[in-house]
Amino acid sequence: MDILAVLSVAIRGALGPEAAIYALAAIGLNMHFGYTGLLNFGQVGFMLVGAYGTAISVLSFGFPLWAGVLVGMACAVVLALILGVPTLRLRGDYLAIATIAAAEVLRYVYRSSFAEPVTGGVYGLVQFAGSFYELNPFSGPLELGPLRFGDRALWLMTVAWGITLLAAVLVWLLIHSPWGRVLRAVREDEEAARSLGKNVFAYKMQALVLGGVLGALAGALLAINSQAITPDAFIPIITFYLWTIMILGGASRVLGPIIGSIVFWFLLTFLDAFLRGAMSAGWIPGGLLVPSDIGAVRFAAVGLGLMLLMMFRPAGLIGNRKELRLDVR
Amino acid sequence: MSDDTHAEIVAQREAVVEQERAHEAEPSAGARRAAQALAGVANTPGVAKPDPILVADDMARHFGGVRAVEVEHLEVQRGTITALIGPNGAGKSTFFNLITGFDRPDSGRWAFEGRDITGRPPHRIARAGMVRTFQLTKALTRLTSLENLMLGATGQRGEGMLASLLRPSWAAQEAQITSRAEELLDRFNLTHMRDEFAGTMSGGQRKLLEMARALMVQPQMILLDEPMAGVNPALTQSLLGHIEALRDEGMTIVLVEHDMDVIMSISDWVVCFAQGQVIAEGRPDDIRKDSAVIDAYLGTHRALHEEDPS
Repeated sequence: MDILAVLSVAIRGALGPEAAIYALAAIGLNMHFGYTGLLNFGQVGFMLVGAYGTAISVLSFGFPLWAGVLVGMACAVVLALILGVPTLRLRGDYLAIATIAAAEVLRYVYRSSFAEPVTGGVYGLVQFAGSFYELNPFSGPLELGPLRFGDRALWLMTVAWGITLLAAVLVWLLIHSPWGRVLRAVREDEEAARSLGKNVFAYKMQALVLGGVLGALAGALLAINSQAITPDAFIPIITFYLWTIMILGGASRVLGPIIGSIVFWFLLTFLDAFLRGAMSAGWIPGGLLVPSDIGAVRFAAVGLGLMLLMMFRPAGLIGNRKELRLDVR
Repeated sequence: MSDDTHAEIVAQREAVVEQERAHEAEPSAGARRAAQALAGVANTPGVAKPDPILVADDMARHFGGVRAVEVEHLEVQRGTITALIGPNGAGKSTFFNLITGFDRPDSGRWAFEGRDITGRPPHRIARAGMVRTFQLTKALTRLTSLENLMLGATGQRGEGMLASLLRPSWAAQEAQITSRAEELLDRFNLTHMRDEFAGTMSGGQRKLLEMARALMVQPQMILLDEPMAGVNPALTQSLLGHIEALRDEGMTIVLVEHDMDVIMSISDWVVCFAQGQVIAEGRPDDIRKDSAVIDAYLGTHRALHEEDPS
């Protein structure tokens, strides 16, 4: 087995567009949970409306792609308002229930046959991001030793990581301001924030909208990346990957989701390539594992890794342990 | 322990007692002012005050069949320390929750500074100048002490989502708020905790922090829900000192407290609750002798009935 090849595949996974897109969606989730304490278990719903908002605007209404992305983000604002108005005045658990249900309801609505003329139903939509790839300034692949990125991937990586870093800068600026101070106060104790004259509902709503819009942007990029979307790509497990990424990196840290996403994708692709390599080299007996199991095994391994992390670094890779200890009392 | 240090401690203790006596003998300017203002006020429940900052009418709050609060009329005199006393479950804290907007009454109207604030949400009542603290201290544990205080400042330009991105628009105000917060930390002897998470503080320090944070709002009136609960005696003295100093600066203070010594020593006016109603109010000395208060606390009526079955 060529360990160098395995590593290069893993690094490609860690730096690829998917890692950037998941990092962006996790930054949105971090806005919700890490800074405001909102339990959003339906971040994938925001990604879905972002992706479909983009694709439908382009295909059905003939919008340019950039306008489609804006429509996708606007859809996230609407979704956040619909979810937030009834639940944000109540205890935190209600938002958790509403979001997880809303994400699933949206998926079923978008895949239903009555929506098929617009959403393509279970078959989804394809070929709406051609104009994005026409702008590609890269003419050839980039090769760094065994590492190779195609020109298409390079262009998408540039844009996706660029947007992700911009989002991180935006979150940093927001959090290190009086606005961010109020958000963190809301996370610690809503009543205390209220007693000091802060309109807690408004702040929670702003955080929900902002994090949702970042999720929608990630969804739009995901759609552009694959040039094809189906509702069943937006299943609840995506939300839990995002939670994993956020906790892995360190919640309520600006760079937490980015580091979390890179590590998550590195581990996932590394395990995949490693297991395949080990199997073809005959290291793993065929009776123990067959190639079709690899997908499941690597997620089990990531789960195990997460458990170990919670035991030995409960605050995440770059989290503040001192801060976490305060929570346990 | 050597005799020397023992003698020293005794001497210190005597000095403290001496100070306390001097303090009792000579009321502060604020206490004199409050006593003068309340001089002509009769000690009957619901009595009108010469300059009320808070007026509550027909306040009622029922929890199922329990009448938690049924207050016909209550006024709080400006610039005084008013204590709410009463047995557990008498409705003191519920009354606090009602007038600060944290709970909604079934009926009733109340006005602060002459403005009707009935039914307003808590954050708007706080901004109007009436700030409360909580019985179970609500320190924002994962914010530093300084951040806890800075949060209290009102009218912060940087608290708007878009404005927060333009640092120059709020940097000067932020510096001003920081120095105000530092002054308050100093006043409450918390400077050494400035950059520590509030979650690392002791219970007593949290009480101080919460009071300081409430002051950052620059309220006209502050409501303290059991400020001395769970605080050691030395810190209680310092808390009392802070409360009296605030009154002397002209602030109105309403506090719920169970410690009778504390109430009698610092309050200018005492309101006694029992079963949701105001059963007595008056100067501390009158309240001490009031038969309704003694009944509520000791249950003499019931005791008499039991002793006298005929």
